[in-house]
Amino acid sequence: MMQLPCPWCGPRNVTEFRHHGPHSPRPEVEPASVEQWHRYLYLQENPCGPVEERWYHSAGCRRFISITRDTYTNATQPGEHP
Amino acid sequence: MTSTQRTGQQPRRLPPQPGEVIDRDRTLQFLWNGRRLSGYEGDSIISALAAAGEQVFSRSFKYHRLRGILSATMHDPHCMLQVDDEPNVRAAHRLLREGMGVTSQNTWPSLHLDLKAVTQLGGRFLAPGFYYKTFMWPRRLWPTYEKVLRQFVHAGRVDQSARGERYEKRYAHTDVLVAGGGPAGMAAALAAAQAGARVMLVEEEHQLGGHLRWANSAGAAELADQVRKAEGIHVLTNATVAARYDGNWCAVIQREPAPGEPERILKTRTGSLVVAAGLIERPYIFSGNDLPGVMLSSAARRLIALHAVAPGERAVVLTANPEGDAAVAHLERAGIEVARVVDARTGGNVRRARGRKTLQQVELTDGTRIEADLLVTATGWTAPTALLNMSGAAPEYVPQAARFLSSAQPQAGVYSTGGLVGDGDAEQLHQHGAAVGIQAAQHALRKRRAAVAATPTGVPATENESPSSPGPVAPLPVPEHPELFRSTTHGMVDFSEDVTSRDLESAVREGYESSELVKRYTTVTMGPTQGKFELVNALAVIASTTGKTIAETGATTWRPMYTSVTLGALAGRNYDPVRYSELQPWHASHGAVPLVAGQWIRPEHYGDPVAEVKAVRRGVGIIDVTPIGKLDLRGPDVPKLLNQLYVNKWSRLAIGRVRYGVMCAEDGVVFDDGVTARLGEEHYVMSTTSSGAGAVWEWVEEWLQTMHPDWQVHVTPVTTAYTSINVAGPHSRRLVSRLTEGVDLSAEEFGYMRVRTGRVAGVDESILWRIGFTGELSYEIHVPASYGLHVWEALLSAGEDLGVTPFGVEAQRVLRLEKGHLIVGQDTDGLTKAYSAGLDWAVKLDKPDFAGKPELVWQHEQGSGHRLVAIQPVDPGVVPEEAAQVLFPTGRIGGRITSSRYSPTLNRSICLGQVERALSDPGTVLDIRLADGRIVQGTVMPQLAHVDPEGTRLNNDTGPEAPERWADPVARGSVPAPGPKTSIAGWEVSTEQSMAPLTLADVTPLVKISVRAAPDGVTADRMPAAFGQARPWGDRLLVVGSGPGEWMVLAEPGERAAALNELSEILQDAEELTSIVDLTHGRALFQLSGESAAELLAAVCAIDLADDMVPDGAALRTNVAGVVTDLIRHDEEGGRRRYLLHCERSSGRYLHATLLDAGRSHGVAETGYPASGSVIRR
Repeated sequence: MMQLPCPWCGPRNVTEFRHHGPHSPRPEVEPASVEQWHRYLYLQENPCGPVEERWYHSAGCRRFISITRDTYTNATQPGEHP
Repeated sequence: MTSTQRTGQQPRRLPPQPGEVIDRDRTLQFLWNGRRLSGYEGDSIISALAAAGEQVFSRSFKYHRLRGILSATMHDPHCMLQVDDEPNVRAAHRLLREGMGVTSQNTWPSLHLDLKAVTQLGGRFLAPGFYYKTFMWPRRLWPTYEKVLRQFVHAGRVDQSARGERYEKRYAHTDVLVAGGGPAGMAAALAAAQAGARVMLVEEEHQLGGHLRWANSAGAAELADQVRKAEGIHVLTNATVAARYDGNWCAVIQREPAPGEPERILKTRTGSLVVAAGLIERPYIFSGNDLPGVMLSSAARRLIALHAVAPGERAVVLTANPEGDAAVAHLERAGIEVARVVDARTGGNVRRARGRKTLQQVELTDGTRIEADLLVTATGWTAPTALLNMSGAAPEYVPQAARFLSSAQPQAGVYSTGGLVGDGDAEQLHQHGAAVGIQAAQHALRKRRAAVAATPTGVPATENESPSSPGPVAPLPVPEHPELFRSTTHGMVDFSEDVTSRDLESAVREGYESSELVKRYTTVTMGPTQGKFELVNALAVIASTTGKTIAETGATTWRPMYTSVTLGALAGRNYDPVRYSELQPWHASHGAVPLVAGQWIRPEHYGDPVAEVKAVRRGVGIIDVTPIGKLDLRGPDVPKLLNQLYVNKWSRLAIGRVRYGVMCAEDGVVFDDGVTARLGEEHYVMSTTSSGAGAVWEWVEEWLQTMHPDWQVHVTPVTTAYTSINVAGPHSRRLVSRLTEGVDLSAEEFGYMRVRTGRVAGVDESILWRIGFTGELSYEIHVPASYGLHVWEALLSAGEDLGVTPFGVEAQRVLRLEKGHLIVGQDTDGLTKAYSAGLDWAVKLDKPDFAGKPELVWQHEQGSGHRLVAIQPVDPGVVPEEAAQVLFPTGRIGGRITSSRYSPTLNRSICLGQVERALSDPGTVLDIRLADGRIVQGTVMPQLAHVDPEGTRLNNDTGPEAPERWADPVARGSVPAPGPKTSIAGWEVSTEQSMAPLTLADVTPLVKISVRAAPDGVTADRMPAAFGQARPWGDRLLVVGSGPGEWMVLAEPGERAAALNELSEILQDAEELTSIVDLTHGRALFQLSGESAAELLAAVCAIDLADDMVPDGAALRTNVAGVVTDLIRHDEEGGRRRYLLHCERSSGRYLHATLLDAGRSHGVAETGYPASGSVIRR
């Protein structure tokens, strides 16, 4: 089982976390076009390699954290976003 | 056989051998196919049988050929026997016990007269793919085929009447896990422990030593002794590292770990994994290679050296390596005649083995025939690289060595040593193992130091400094070995599946050229041995048939598990949390039919839901609605948050008001609904659906943490801090007013959609909401949970003359359907956007932003999607099933019924349904297709409410009555108090005191005050404990840093005011948002004391509780038996280990019962409330 490096709690089993998908900032509602929203909501890059992801440490500190995970090797490190 | 002692019972037993593992002073009696035999303590079942002169133990899978010893190890495919009621026992591994009843499997009517063996004659017709090809057509005959084939299944008997067995799982943590206790593995373990690492050494067999046990038994004993004496090595024999997953998470299978427990899985997280699995000797392919009497050289040497059993009387030895040569010497030393040594290195070879039942004659390729009852082969090795393959390595076939070798380290933290990497004498193996052990230890200790440093509870250890640079590991020499796989004849390749070299050739000729395809077609390597003996031989045969090299042919994949594991061990103990309201025991004892709703157990009804509906419509009813989600929201920016998450507007909700709101996900789909009340200037309580409580909390946190960290809002879940009771019906005001003090309940003062706080049945800080899911005048009373039963019973007693009736979830569903209130998830699904749920009135597209707005703008413009409508069947007696289809006149499906019941109020059936827009106009008559195919008509109603669409029932203006006097409220802990009881500060607690070495006490009565602030602000600086710490504060309080910017202040019962005083003193003029919420009633708190407390927790909690990770005074939150639990290490005065555990109160009963059950083997005892002051004080 993978461990994720929680910046608050230290390494913990991945089963303590909930996956919130790749980091993708929410567009501003007003200027955003329908296409932009469509992309934001429904389209994922799904690359083979490092992806910055958001995880929620639901069984730990209950913070949303950012983790860079290589989707090929499952190697993880702290992400760049807060 | 002149030199051997032959007793009558054990004719093949040899005189004492150096290093033998049997105890000749302890004779054990057992039954073999009904015959009484004897063996010695330390014998395996097979060695005892062999000593008794038995040579044949089973019949093979497909051809029912007689089979004897092949490897004499756990993996020996011919030695799977039935022992008492247990089938498929690895009898060459399982130790003999007094009184065992052992029988052969797969034989009928007996081992020696087997009727199924006729298939041998037809062997030519059982070609590969026979089953696939023969039994497919005609298809209708398959059931008949199945019955016939079942008779041929290779397995034992399962005793259907056997009683259940107990299987546990445990979590384990180590720095270095060594798989294999041979010379290299032991050297690695010793070196790693020396370097300061915690080591777990796992050996499959019953003794350490590996092949040294027969090659150099004194050397083996000396090394094993060093290992046992070394500090920091945890030795597990009769155990296997069966799997390795991401992050060095390994499955260690322990066989017979405790009396009555057949197997156990240790879910082991290790810093480094050292694979020292050794080598498995490879059989040679020739005609008759499966005859009893043909065995591997290592099998013969094992029998002689470990069990002092003569493997035969007159032997031929086929040798291609020094181990084979040593076997010759070994046999001779044991007094067994070696008739011929056939040296493959100088061109000698065996053509076939002959014998009627067992080996009688060996024919060499030069035509010589030798009478013999034992043929020993030493033609090479299979490297069991499974754990390395699971780690991502691809060991390569090295022709020079005639085996696979692991050259490169697959990834950081995974190492290999011993026969997997090369050959060497004992000294070379030891040196290599030790060098790898130091590397592994250094990697693991680096990792551990980093983990300790990254963990807020961690305390870096000063010792355990590993020695400096280990230097490079000198590689082991690559052995020279002839490539010997098959003689000039065909023979068995896969002994457990009866696949021959001829079968493999024919599969290749049929076009299956890839080894993976040949495997699936012929089932080679798919039997119980899983490739351990046959993989390389199979590859060699495939390669020679296809004309490729073995390296080009490539190995098939090694997958977890490496060894056979019982289903019981895999399943283990099931941790499936359930949640109960405080009132559930009352419901259960009053005839409630339990309803499983998510994790909750709720009363569906108390016997007559129709009567319950009528009681609410005519008088007054009470229902336990505790599972309704409740979030306490504080801060100046709560309105912004509400505006963002709900589709409707929240800016002008006055204090004392309640509003209904609907939440949509970003795709516009209805996600949750509920009412939110404003209790104070910056204080709100949001309610959610029962099933959505967790998701809404996460959703709120997501918005606050990731999108608007600037908003000043604190969220505290208080779902089970309150017992929630809905009092509904025309008499509800009269009933509630009899119990309530400090709130004017008159219709004018406390109108619909208002909230008040006051005292109910003597319980302060109760919250009353006037809302109406049922459509009746109703009050939802939220009382601090510990008083739930007190208030429930007070309502029943005060309302006796009013006919107060408890009602369940079913009656509530009928009542709300009559009123036309939707249930999210019932009347909506994962595609239902707000406009399809009849929520047009709620959606405010003129708000600048809210979750789901762009999608709802889109839906609004398109006018797409279904509409939620009320439907009444034309025939009032027909109640369509929920999910019945709604049809257009053409028969096309145009929607579905989402809710449907018979209304006792209207005496007719009523429904809600989602239909296409074209069918949604009031008055439309629809077709509804019932489950039995009948089509009935229904009419679309003008509004969703079937009963009282004008809402006149809410205008009920009955006057309130004067409050009565109530007995002092009693607070109760989160589990029933055992034994005699007393009262402490208004809490009913048990006085029972257990003296057991490990005890579990319910200490829920402790005051628990939650404090929230910024993780790095003034409050954080002033609080006495940082995140991850539990610190005493004076001698009456314990402050726990339970999260970033989150604290829990614990105090003895009755010390709430003192705790709040202390807090307000240090937190005054902090000038940042700080929330203080009393969660005394919202959390179940337990105390687990005793030295073995951490061992108990290892069964239910994955955290490494070692002293450097979780020392005294540490606090963390994690999963315990599937429940999110705060764990605080707070050792007792005198240093006895103690943990405090707290979880949501509704999970308390489950957690308590689970800890008691998991601790059975540790002798855990339930105890009453501890001596006053002892929980906080140390």
